Amino acid sequence: MKIVKRLLILGVAASLSLAASAADISGAGATFPYPIYAKWADAYKKLTGIGLNYQSIGSGGGIKQIKAKTVTFGASDMPLKPDDLKSSGLIQFPMIIGGVVPVVNIKGVGPGQLHLDGATVAAIYMGDITQWNDAAIKKLNPKLTLPGTAIAPVYRSDGSGTNFLFSDYLSKTSPKFQSSIGANTSVQWPVGIGAKGNEGVANMTTQTDGAIGYVEYAYAKQNKMSFTTLTNKAGNAVAPSAESFQAAAATADWAGADSYFLILTDQPGAKSWPITGASFILVYKQPDDAASVNEALKFFAWAYKDGASMAAELDYVPLPAALISQVQKTWTTQITSGGRPLWSGK
Amino acid sequence: MPGPSYFCATRSGTDIVAIIDPRHAAKQLIFERIFRSATLTAAILVLLILGGVAVSLLRGAWPALSHFRLAFITREIWNPVTEQFGALAPIYGTVVTSLIAMLIAVPTGFGIALFLTELCPPLLKRPIGVAVELLAAVPSIIFGIWGLFVLAPVLQRYVQPWLIRNLGDVPAVGHLFKGPPYGIGILTAGVVLAIMVLPFIAATMRDVFDTVPPMLKESGYGLGATTWEVIWNVVVPHSRVGIVGGTMLGLGRALGETMAVTFVIGNAHRISSSLLAPGTTISSAIANEFTEAVGDLYTSSLIALGLLLFLITFTVIALAQAMLRRLERRTGAVA
Repeated sequence: MKIVKRLLILGVAASLSLAASAADISGAGATFPYPIYAKWADAYKKLTGIGLNYQSIGSGGGIKQIKAKTVTFGASDMPLKPDDLKSSGLIQFPMIIGGVVPVVNIKGVGPGQLHLDGATVAAIYMGDITQWNDAAIKKLNPKLTLPGTAIAPVYRSDGSGTNFLFSDYLSKTSPKFQSSIGANTSVQWPVGIGAKGNEGVANMTTQTDGAIGYVEYAYAKQNKMSFTTLTNKAGNAVAPSAESFQAAAATADWAGADSYFLILTDQPGAKSWPITGASFILVYKQPDDAASVNEALKFFAWAYKDGASMAAELDYVPLPAALISQVQKTWTTQITSGGRPLWSGK
Repeated sequence: MPGPSYFCATRSGTDIVAIIDPRHAAKQLIFERIFRSATLTAAILVLLILGGVAVSLLRGAWPALSHFRLAFITREIWNPVTEQFGALAPIYGTVVTSLIAMLIAVPTGFGIALFLTELCPPLLKRPIGVAVELLAAVPSIIFGIWGLFVLAPVLQRYVQPWLIRNLGDVPAVGHLFKGPPYGIGILTAGVVLAIMVLPFIAATMRDVFDTVPPMLKESGYGLGATTWEVIWNVVVPHSRVGIVGGTMLGLGRALGETMAVTFVIGNAHRISSSLLAPGTTISSAIANEFTEAVGDLYTSSLIALGLLLFLITFTVIALAQAMLRRLERRTGAVA
């Protein structure tokens, strides 16, 4: 009996001391950047002893939690509109870049061999193009022999940043797609089958003859899937790669974007991959708990500076240097505590 | 200690040592009271939780319900971009997948249970019984992944093309088996659900069949009845209530199953006349979209879906109760 009691007391004490050392940074939101945030957090903890408690509950949940002030920062794959930011007293900034890649399963077509453009992909996902030997696809691929297989479009059924980027790209390149379907984390696809998560889409695509799907770049690369090349806004055919994602982020007009409200799809630039996206962080401009926001900013600054190689290992793309310095300037000018800037640049 | 002397002892208490110590008795009384109120609290807690769930679902669903009114359950549209939501497709998917599951699982479960209790050689009884129980212990995510990676390709390559070829042109039911064989869809979800609810149905029915008094069965055999006659005229009528109960237990589980269905149903907010086409269910729509849903009307519509599922399950249980009561009354009248 006594031993049990003693153990109980010990347990309570241990859990209390754990709670006390919770100077840890807390955040919640997008699932897409979770692997890299987790990797950074691990390295940062080893370095500083400060941990990051990030719940990857989805962008919608992240926005709700930061608005309810239960976390220090929220993370979203979709930037909030400037009005929404103003009314809630939040600011947002991009943290990491990723890309979405169309993948196909056509007999005799290997990775990078098929070339498509936004209007054609949109027509496929609206059910207007139903066979791989359609004239529109043949015209883009004069050298490829395409079979008459029926096209089976596969989409992400779970609400996700990937869906948002893909549908936003199709909306920008096809007026019909924009008016009939539009861009969101989930949209009403008129044809095709929905699979859950990147793994579901990848599996469905590799399993079904004649399928087309879209997955995050890291997923396509690690599984050696047959990705397609795309025509970008400048009219060039580009292949998905870290360079082409970074090109899209670098040529985008960040300076002219209000509150970083900028969606990186279909950006100008000769080398830009057209379905690129940034994942955003949300914090309060005048936080109640200034100390913990300061800790979070320190973590982000460290990740910008020393986290790039870790990001590359996981096939994420770090922000271009000019954008990083612009973000840090925003911290200094906009995040305040008691009327004074919170971020000192260290 | 015999009863009467026990009472005498406590009442006179002079020459015989009291057997019940009054302090002990008082302690017991308090303990009884505490125990009683503890169980009462536990019972009331269930009501409170149920009420709390209902109230919070209603509150969460209210913006969507008051905005769309009745159209919420009569429209097929589910468009997060224009914020137009109707629950007809998920309701249809939920009901149809559960029906397919019941069509497969009830006869199979019935067969398993009958075989185990009436026909099985004793040597096989334990292994099959344990296998049924183990099947019930497999987590639903495993069924989902198995359905997607193992079952769906088999259905896509062999079963569905066969269905399309041989049943696609049959009048009246042909439209159920039309369209491209995707491998996943309403039918696949129904099959996976059937496998998931099968152990519950089989185990419940087996337990009920086991309660049939052996005397009744032996009387049947004694009168010269065959096994078939004993099963249909003695065992089944005696366990009618349990058969309905097992079926309803399975149905309740099939209606609410989320993870496994999400993997194999194809997740399309569409109502299609073909069973091979992708569809969606209430719980899989919530699981798919709730995390990334932004906007009050969108999240509220998803909560309204949850409320609908709550109501559907509630109705099923109420119907089952009513059916059981009628059955009991009828068998009571016969007896």
